Amino acid sequence: MSSTFINLTYLVASALFIFGIRGLTHPRTAVRGNILGATGMLLAIIATLLDQQVFGAGTQALVWIFSGVILGATVGATLALRIELTAMPEMVALLNAFGGGASALVAGAVLVSDNDPSSQTTIATVASGIIGSVTFWGSVVAFDKLRGLLLPDQPVIFPGQQVLNGLLAITALGLGIMVVNEPATLSFYVGVVVVASLLGILLTIPIGGADMPVAIALLNSYSGLAAASTGFVLSNNILIITGSLVGASGIILTTIMCKAMNRSLLNVLVGAIAEGGGTKADADDVYAGRVKSTSAEEVAMLLDGARRAVIVPGYGLAVSQAQHQVRDLANLLESQGVEVEYAIHPVAGRMPGHMNVLMAEADVPYDKLREMDDINPTFEQTDVSIVIGANDIVNPAARNDPSSPIAGMPILNVDQSRTVIVIKRSLSPGFAGIPNPLFAADNALMLFGDGKQAVLKLITAVKEASS
Amino acid sequence: MLAVFVGFEIITKVPPLLHTPLMSGSNAISGITIIGAILSVSSSNQTAMVLGFLALVIATINVVGGFLVTHRMLDMFKKKD
Repeated sequence: MSSTFINLTYLVASALFIFGIRGLTHPRTAVRGNILGATGMLLAIIATLLDQQVFGAGTQALVWIFSGVILGATVGATLALRIELTAMPEMVALLNAFGGGASALVAGAVLVSDNDPSSQTTIATVASGIIGSVTFWGSVVAFDKLRGLLLPDQPVIFPGQQVLNGLLAITALGLGIMVVNEPATLSFYVGVVVVASLLGILLTIPIGGADMPVAIALLNSYSGLAAASTGFVLSNNILIITGSLVGASGIILTTIMCKAMNRSLLNVLVGAIAEGGGTKADADDVYAGRVKSTSAEEVAMLLDGARRAVIVPGYGLAVSQAQHQVRDLANLLESQGVEVEYAIHPVAGRMPGHMNVLMAEADVPYDKLREMDDINPTFEQTDVSIVIGANDIVNPAARNDPSSPIAGMPILNVDQSRTVIVIKRSLSPGFAGIPNPLFAADNALMLFGDGKQAVLKLITAVKEASS
Repeated sequence: MLAVFVGFEIITKVPPLLHTPLMSGSNAISGITIIGAILSVSSSNQTAMVLGFLALVIATINVVGGFLVTHRMLDMFKKKD
């Protein structure tokens, strides 16, 4: 097969990827977009198999290729079809890891098989090795934190961490220069990979739970950049284009997430919110005797006279898996003539779009999932806001208290609605570690308990109140 | 370069509603490294072949897992039309 034909196919595949992403700009065209992307991938793979180097490599190589594809496809399909949709943050972390890992491996493979690599190849190989290894191990740490296996959800910070990271980065670059000078000595590349792996781990452990959306988006971007570097290793345009696209997508998401927390990327990366500037208000001063606890029956009475209710889901809702019960409650209220909408904060949950996926899984129509800027002006006309398992994203201190560590972070203005019901286990602070004046506000009522149980009680109470 | 610019323009238009599918979908297409892996497996060098094979397996997981899980998610968003 001529290389012109192969390159043309690669071009078509790249175009299909871009059309595929364009499909994702609307839920109605999104499924088609994803299929376009998959078609592009299939074309690119077929074209590669027809490449002289592959086709002419003999039966043995083809057997290995097919067994590898079948093995990977089986694992991939099993993962994709079996995984709970509530575990999507973990799934995305894993996929990020595999993307980065594959790039570092391919770069290594090229280095060992190329007897006289150009300096473009070796420089790109080093870049691919560093970015790929950081991505792989960073994503593995993120996965571990999301699952709560070995590492705590909280930031892991120790003295000298930044200095150590800096030293590791310099060491990785130094070894990288050795690779470029002496490509034949493989131990240098192995060194690059080992040091970058350590760096990947150390860069991710200080990132705490609520900052995970930023970390996941950033690692997503890295996995793209790793693929692009591998593209330079192989002088292959489709890898460069596609990798850059993914890199750009990750960077855009990272920026959106940082803006939604009013923090700089650097601030998130060093896990600095715990010791971040600003004075922490004392919980006792904020809450002192002003927190009102309520019962499901009382909330049902409030909802009985309501015309409009807004539900604010947070990470706590995902933890207690209450999405189906929340939807039942919303349906029940709607059947009684209450207008119900959902307010989605961009960083609610553990990854970009987490709450949307969670509520979509429970069959909530997507036009009821409203973005922050969209729904904020409507809180003044809202009779009851129900906050479930969210904290910092509804903390009015971000808006009112310039000395608060989260000052300036855009929040959902639930405090402007007539009544706010907060479903929460206790008054314990959210990720930012600060008390929430909302809980002590005159129009706020606390419904203490596990999200799912509390919503179930609420459903029963609403049914009783209306019968 | 043009492709990336066009891509940038499009990605900024993806609504927050679909940010998770955007990530899993872009994960799937970053599995394009599969091409490099296939080329490495066909190498005559034994070490390169082994590394390429490992890369091939995980890149395929990325491609197949990424597209399928994205499809699953998008299907949930679609059916309420």
